[in-house]
Amino acid sequence: MRVAVAADFYKPLETIANAFSRQSGIQVVISAGSSGGLYAQIANGAPYDVFLSANARYPRQLVAAGLAAGPSRFTYAQGVLVLWGAQPAPAAGPGTLRGATFAHLALANPHFAPYGQAAQEVLTRLGLLEQLHSRLVFGEDVGQALQFAISGGAQYAFVSSAQLLAAGLWQRGSHWVVPVSLYTPINQQAVLLVHARDVRAARSFLRFLRGPARPLIARLGYRLPAETGERSQSVP
Amino acid sequence: MQLDWSPLILSLVLAAVTTGLLLVLGIPLAWWLVRRKTLVRHAVTAFVMLPLALPPTVLGFYLLLALGPHGPLGALAERWSGASFAFTFTGLVMASMVYSLPLVVQPLAAGFERLDMRHLETASVLGAGPWDRWVSVTLPLLRADLLTGAVLGFIHTFGEFGVVLMVGGDIPGRTRVLSLAIYDHVQSLEYHQADLMSAAAVGMSFTALLLLYLAQRRR
Repeated sequence: MRVAVAADFYKPLETIANAFSRQSGIQVVISAGSSGGLYAQIANGAPYDVFLSANARYPRQLVAAGLAAGPSRFTYAQGVLVLWGAQPAPAAGPGTLRGATFAHLALANPHFAPYGQAAQEVLTRLGLLEQLHSRLVFGEDVGQALQFAISGGAQYAFVSSAQLLAAGLWQRGSHWVVPVSLYTPINQQAVLLVHARDVRAARSFLRFLRGPARPLIARLGYRLPAETGERSQSVP
Repeated sequence: MQLDWSPLILSLVLAAVTTGLLLVLGIPLAWWLVRRKTLVRHAVTAFVMLPLALPPTVLGFYLLLALGPHGPLGALAERWSGASFAFTFTGLVMASMVYSLPLVVQPLAAGFERLDMRHLETASVLGAGPWDRWVSVTLPLLRADLLTGAVLGFIHTFGEFGVVLMVGGDIPGRTRVLSLAIYDHVQSLEYHQADLMSAAAVGMSFTALLLLYLAQRRR
């Protein structure tokens, strides 16, 4: 079976798919890309069975367009937003943002990238968006925002905790885990596509993602939606 | 709905500045490459052509390292002006020059290679100095190659994506060029805006190439 996955969840999915294959004997072929790009591919007939988006918007739109099965939609993970700087000092944190002693702050593009949206929300809630406006640089996704910070071009970047863990950067430089109260939850949703070739395999994979994979997902740097609130109702 | 065309203007300016600078740099470089008959020449040629082989995002990442505050060029700029080249228009121009260099140098080198030295010798016998020989003989003979290099350099820069994505930082009005704006619209599912901008890009690039080939045919 084939899974289209948002780039931020690619590494975790590899681990999960391996565990799933060992248990079920079903091979999982993974295609990674930006959620928006994958959405466009799916809307144009790409042969995927399951879509793991980095947000709730695209799966919802696929359901609305009749391209995905509505009841199959659920939040498989919640993204954790982190402010990261390559240098240990001045340490990443709200104080650093207010002090604004840096030249550039990188974030994913807030118009479409979920972590970018969340980052912009944080800056807005802290009342810093206008002040920092001219120092913001935009990556197409969190991966690029992180590259900007690694290269030193930007001193800080809003990224995901999963990225930092996967890249072994959690202990390096400095980071600040942004309090969840400062941004709308980044609900990463999965959905079964109506053109799925192997619906049984796809369903069994989604069950695995919803159940046995949860501890793994948590270990890889994501929050998990509450057991009862798993269905998609919580998202605007 | 209002469509912001500033990325188109920015792309045109970037392509024009880059092409102009590349011609200034490319003419002596191509001349040197063709005249020089040593092994060094091949190493330099290979290096000049390298941007064609590398994935643009990889090239872009290394350029970002070089132009950023910890890179050699960026550090120099920071000492000088207080800011590195990363996420600036100047940085975009420098990165684009690296990216498009092969497409400008290649036709020029081919032109110099074909250049019949007897014309230059004749001019010399007739009393033309070195500068005069350049301006009145060499460059006119190379007109077609100069045009090819200029047009290819221009449209290659105009359409570049991966490099500007890495080096530019997608800042509206400063480094958000046309290809980035189109990508952003597609990612936001704003296909209508993406269509309009893509149509503009296709139209302009096609026209430029068509004019190039028409001009070459007439010769």
